[in-house]
Amino acid sequence: MPTESPAFKIRNASFPLFVLHVQTAQMETFTQQMRAHVAQAPEFFAGAPVALALDGDALPDFADLAAFMREIGLPLVGLVGGSPAQRDAARAAGLGLLPEKPARARAARAQPADGEQTTPAVEPAASPDQAEAAIGDDARTPAAQPVAEVGETPAAVGLGPRGALVIDKPVRAGQRIHAEGCDLVVLAIVNAGAELIADGDIHVYAPLRGRALAGARGNTAARIYAQAMEAELVAIAGYYLVFEQGVPQEARGKPAQVYLDGERVSLSPLRPLR
Amino acid sequence: MAKVIVVTSGKGGVGKTTTSASFSSGLALRGNRTVVIDFDVGLRNLDLIMGCERRVVFDIVNVIHGEAALSRALIKDKHCDNLFVLPASQTRDKEALTLDGVQRIIDELKESFDYIVCDSPAGIEHGAYSAMYFADEALVVTNPEVSSVRDSDRILGILAAKSRRAVEGREPVKEHLLVTRYNPTRVAAGEMLSVDDIQEILRIPLLGVIPESEAVLQASNAGTPAIHLEKSDVAEAYKDVVARFMGEDVPMRFVTAEKVGLFKRLFGGR
Ligand SMILES: Nc1ncnc2c1ncn2[C@@H]1O[C@H](COP(=O)(O)OP(=O)(O)OP(=O)(O)O)[C@@H](O)[C@H]1O
Ligand SMILES: [Mg+2]
Repeated sequence: MPTESPAFKIRNASFPLFVLHVQTAQMETFTQQMRAHVAQAPEFFAGAPVALALDGDALPDFADLAAFMREIGLPLVGLVGGSPAQRDAARAAGLGLLPEKPARARAARAQPADGEQTTPAVEPAASPDQAEAAIGDDARTPAAQPVAEVGETPAAVGLGPRGALVIDKPVRAGQRIHAEGCDLVVLAIVNAGAELIADGDIHVYAPLRGRALAGARGNTAARIYAQAMEAELVAIAGYYLVFEQGVPQEARGKPAQVYLDGERVSLSPLRPLR
Repeated sequence: MAKVIVVTSGKGGVGKTTTSASFSSGLALRGNRTVVIDFDVGLRNLDLIMGCERRVVFDIVNVIHGEAALSRALIKDKHCDNLFVLPASQTRDKEALTLDGVQRIIDELKESFDYIVCDSPAGIEHGAYSAMYFADEALVVTNPEVSSVRDSDRILGILAAKSRRAVEGREPVKEHLLVTRYNPTRVAAGEMLSVDDIQEILRIPLLGVIPESEAVLQASNAGTPAIHLEKSDVAEAYKDVVARFMGEDVPMRFVTAEKVGLFKRLFGGR
């Protein structure tokens, strides 16, 4: 028999992952809130793999939970930490086992005040005491291998020296660009009805009139910069700001940036620093 | 080399068919062998505007299904010697336009014509897709209103992503902006977007501006493409468009409101 070419190859890569902290034993409460939450921003979560973290020694029906998560389009890939009993049950249900703490991020990014950051990156619209389900990175997302991918658009693309996804054609209504695991730089207009998503920062050196979602995998330090801010919606790490009445006067049509200030999305005109 | 030009818009009723008829006639008047194809299967009306509806025997779907030879489905235009019309079918649905079938027709037409003009149906579904897929150039027809501009933006995105040129990674489809039903007086009154506003959003080269005119309705009722109407603004504007398309440097007209002179005002003229 002739020698066969290798049928597979395994390589080491680390990708950002949402960690789902389940904070209730009430499956119904959980599924209901999860559904509502995902419905708010379906494209934000679309197909994102999720790891599970449990409170205390709760022992949910993992198979059931996995089926539910698949159904809402957030496949469970494994359990983070957990007691021996929890890990056994998770493995029996076909889940992977992840260590308690992810590897420290390599990227040197200004993170918000460190320490035990437990704030979830995305909050459901419930009051905090009702918020029993929340999704978020735990501010220690492992740095991703920059994987650049363009959604439904063909616009000319290239990876710059720093690994940002660079788009030099207009991004038009109905188009979506997704810079996975890296920053997104757009050199042409982004029209109303277009959508930019980046796991890192977003820079638009032209009018930004569509939607822009930075830190899409939960990086709360991500920012959006636009040369002429006219966006319909901006989001950082899942926190949204909708400009129903247009961008506020002080930043409208001007160079501006968007960043997360605690849990508040802030918009400010860009002024040269002295 | 034959050129395939799609006349497209996204939004319906903006003047694609009116433009397809006049533009293809204008190309033919300049001696180019031209064919215009109606892709609006189910709603065919290019034949009405060209005034050849009574001579339709076979249509594009018959040709795709092998029920008629292409040469038998082509209808010679009554105004221009060099112009032929390939009508759409009224009884089928748009799914009948398979890419394979359309490609065979276009390849065959390329052997005997200089320009192949494709009148796209509205929307961004199958019909519009098959009309644009083989295009080398696109006339993006836009009215001076926000929803029309937004739809044109979508169509431009689809052209850049899904046309054959895009799929094969060749030089992109050449885009031309054609603003139609333009009423400078209403633009000046702030009731409609200006050409500048539209270009600011779409950012593609402007091929021409066709004024809003009642002559268009008369022309279509008479089955005569508007470009043939003597001394009308629309005819002049379409002739300019064809000239620019052929590479001539023609100044833009019909963009600014005519000042109503004292004489006209006194005597109630328009
Ligand atoms: N420049 C113009 N001035 C006035 N009326 C016009 C003008 N251009 C087109 N129209 C009118 O607008 C209507 C729609 O035109 P037309 O059929 O060419 O549009 P279309 O884009 O092909 O529509 P559809 O999307 O249904 O195919 C017709 O009644 C036509 O007479
Ligand atoms: Mg039409």
